[in-house]
Amino acid sequence: MKIMVAVKRVVDYAVKIRVKPDKTGVVTQNVKMSMNPFCEIALEEALRIRESGLASEVVAVSIGPSQCVDTLRTGLAMGANRGIHVESTASLFPLSVAKIFRKLVEIEKPDLLILGKQAIDDDCNQTGQMVAGLLNWPQGTFASKVVLDKAKRVATVDREVDDGIETVCLNLPAVITTDLRLNQPRYATLPNIMKAKSKPIQKFTPEELNVEIISDLEIVEVTEPPKRKAGVIVSSVDELIHKLKNEANVI
Amino acid sequence: MARHNSRVTLRFLLSSFPDRSRNPPLLPSATATFSSCFTTGFDEKRRLLQCNIVREDQQVFSFFKPLRNFIEIKQWGVGIQRKRYGSLAGLVQRNPRFSKLNDDDVRYFEGILGNKNVVQDEDKLVTSNTDWMHKYKGSSKLLLQPRTTDQVAQILKYCNSRCLAVVPQGGNTGLVGGSVPVFDEVIISLSSMNKIISFDKVSGILVCEAGCILENIMSFLDNEGFIMPLDLGAKGSCQIGGNVSTNAGGLRLVRYGSLHGNVLGVEAVLANGTVLDMLKTLRKDNTGYDLKHLFIGSEGSLGIVTKVSILTPPKLSSVNVAFLACKDYNSCQKLLQEAKRKLGEILSAFEFLDVQSMNLVLNHLEGARNPIPTSLHNFYVLIETTGSDESSDKQKLEAFLLGSMENELISDGVLAQDINQASSFWLLREGIPEALMKAGAVYKYDLSVPLEHMYNLVEEMRSRLGNTANVIGYGHLGDGNLHLNVSTPHYDDKILSQIEPFVYEWTSKHRGSISAEHGIGLMKANEIYYSKSLETVQVMASIKNLMDPNHILNPYKVLPHSLTS
Repeated sequence: MKIMVAVKRVVDYAVKIRVKPDKTGVVTQNVKMSMNPFCEIALEEALRIRESGLASEVVAVSIGPSQCVDTLRTGLAMGANRGIHVESTASLFPLSVAKIFRKLVEIEKPDLLILGKQAIDDDCNQTGQMVAGLLNWPQGTFASKVVLDKAKRVATVDREVDDGIETVCLNLPAVITTDLRLNQPRYATLPNIMKAKSKPIQKFTPEELNVEIISDLEIVEVTEPPKRKAGVIVSSVDELIHKLKNEANVI
Repeated sequence: MARHNSRVTLRFLLSSFPDRSRNPPLLPSATATFSSCFTTGFDEKRRLLQCNIVREDQQVFSFFKPLRNFIEIKQWGVGIQRKRYGSLAGLVQRNPRFSKLNDDDVRYFEGILGNKNVVQDEDKLVTSNTDWMHKYKGSSKLLLQPRTTDQVAQILKYCNSRCLAVVPQGGNTGLVGGSVPVFDEVIISLSSMNKIISFDKVSGILVCEAGCILENIMSFLDNEGFIMPLDLGAKGSCQIGGNVSTNAGGLRLVRYGSLHGNVLGVEAVLANGTVLDMLKTLRKDNTGYDLKHLFIGSEGSLGIVTKVSILTPPKLSSVNVAFLACKDYNSCQKLLQEAKRKLGEILSAFEFLDVQSMNLVLNHLEGARNPIPTSLHNFYVLIETTGSDESSDKQKLEAFLLGSMENELISDGVLAQDINQASSFWLLREGIPEALMKAGAVYKYDLSVPLEHMYNLVEEMRSRLGNTANVIGYGHLGDGNLHLNVSTPHYDDKILSQIEPFVYEWTSKHRGSISAEHGIGLMKANEIYYSKSLETVQVMASIKNLMDPNHILNPYKVLPHSLTS
């Protein structure tokens, strides 16, 4: 059994995001880039499934500019068997990414496609659902637990929904998107970093995959959220009540 | 499922880990009474000559742990005379030359500062009277919060004329009892002097007031594309004036050097209220004696630092952190040698901890996770590189690490792939003091020791104490700075007598320093001779007499009590 995992290169989650002065996007130059944390969780889950003997190969896929190879190397150092890089400098939206994945799935024929539930840069939370739709595969999104039955070819997925946990059974092949509490990703150890250097990364372009990148969204403006006003320290309960009544108008 | 901003969610989840930059809340500890007094003296052989102890009642307990001494007092009776060379920091007498605070004094201060900045409320004073380890507790009745240098000058001029002792206080994160009153000294808090005055983007020179919290300066500089040349665990509370006054070392010293190199100027107020404006922003200034250095590391005993100018290095975009396991101390040393050679200009931190420290952090600190869980190793080393080119830096570091693995200097290791992983590695090193606090009582020693002998001390201490205490060693290996900590469930003076004076004697024998970066404070005032010659200390005392003839500034600290009382 083969598992394909999507890994996206994003601005590191610990970096303070800054909006470009011309409001066309956020500053990404000279900014630390890392693997999207939800993708790390997706990859970790695939590796755990492989380590439990239920899968034989994990293929990491990244789509984007040439530096995505660094993200793939991280994935390989964590333990993926090989990588696929679809190189594109165009701005990519979920539908284009989903179409690329459909083509890659046709080539690689994995039994399971695992993605992070969303990327922390655009927060779209669409790619997994779209690729499941395009492939006509069942989907288990926001997974907090995944149990595979290899013989029955069924994946049982606990989903974190607003009401609590929903459990769904998916016939393989299927798409799973991962939530934060699914697992804690491993670190890249030195021996594995060394091994990763000799693991293959296959290159494609969207043209080779016959996918036309269409900007189906237009970014009008990117702005920072309004700044929080500084608080004040009140000297007494009476003053607090007075302010709540007359300034905040909440009581 | 409602879609939410994942970046915010992640931050929230991670922020629920304990914040290592904050000190634990101060708990009011039981107030003990203290009523013994003694005098000490040193002969030319630098031996403590005598301690005359007079007990006023049977319950002789101080807030500092002199119980061991107390036991000896009981054995020897009152007025003993004997030779010994131990820690007597706890036994100190209020200098009778100091006046006692009266209402007129308070009114005078209110006239200068306004009522709001003259604090007499006992609840508020508890925090300022107690150090963050709850080891030292003073009984000051007054906290002053000046907002300008001029106000500091007026306060000191008045205190000097009245012979009122004062203790300057910043973030009160010191570890040697230097930042809290010993008796009833007036506390001068610099917290309200927290403005950044100027920043020159071309030269990277920052001028700010002494009460700026280190972390606030760091985030200000971060926006400008610069960093502070010092970083330490207490950054969320400590203030730059205190950092300068104690010559704080910290995690970046291996790269950027000490504050003696990075502080370009100081404005300080002398005991008589004279303001010394040495607030230059020049890298080169060879005009006469460079007096600012007297204020760097003198722990507020020569003057109160009110403003500083600091050279800040540009923030470099590429930071890499590796956490490594070594089989023995020798490998750690060799690894340091190799790192200096092979990583050269990008090496920005080289920290080590032993397996006992690691276990302590893993057991007591929420959120700590062993990055190399496969097996326990004897030593762990954290290496940080900071450079300007992500790909070449990473290549260099990886080549170094893989080479060191082949040479068997490293048994295993992990390389952070993102900032979050890097922080989690740092947590293991920076979280040790917090873990120690949670583990119970702790005896802390901050020593500079020649590298080759450094860990021998930890091993000797371990065999000395046997299973009565958990002896751990960690620190800034790159700077030859060992933090030797002895952790026990409770403070026990039997254990203290096993540690001291042995630890000081051992350090002195190996030509080390008994205080690498924490300072002397109250804790080691009488132990200074272990690291400094009699002649040197005498010159120090002359400088003290010149600059603060009434000895009102931070009394009972830094210099031996025999020379200042």
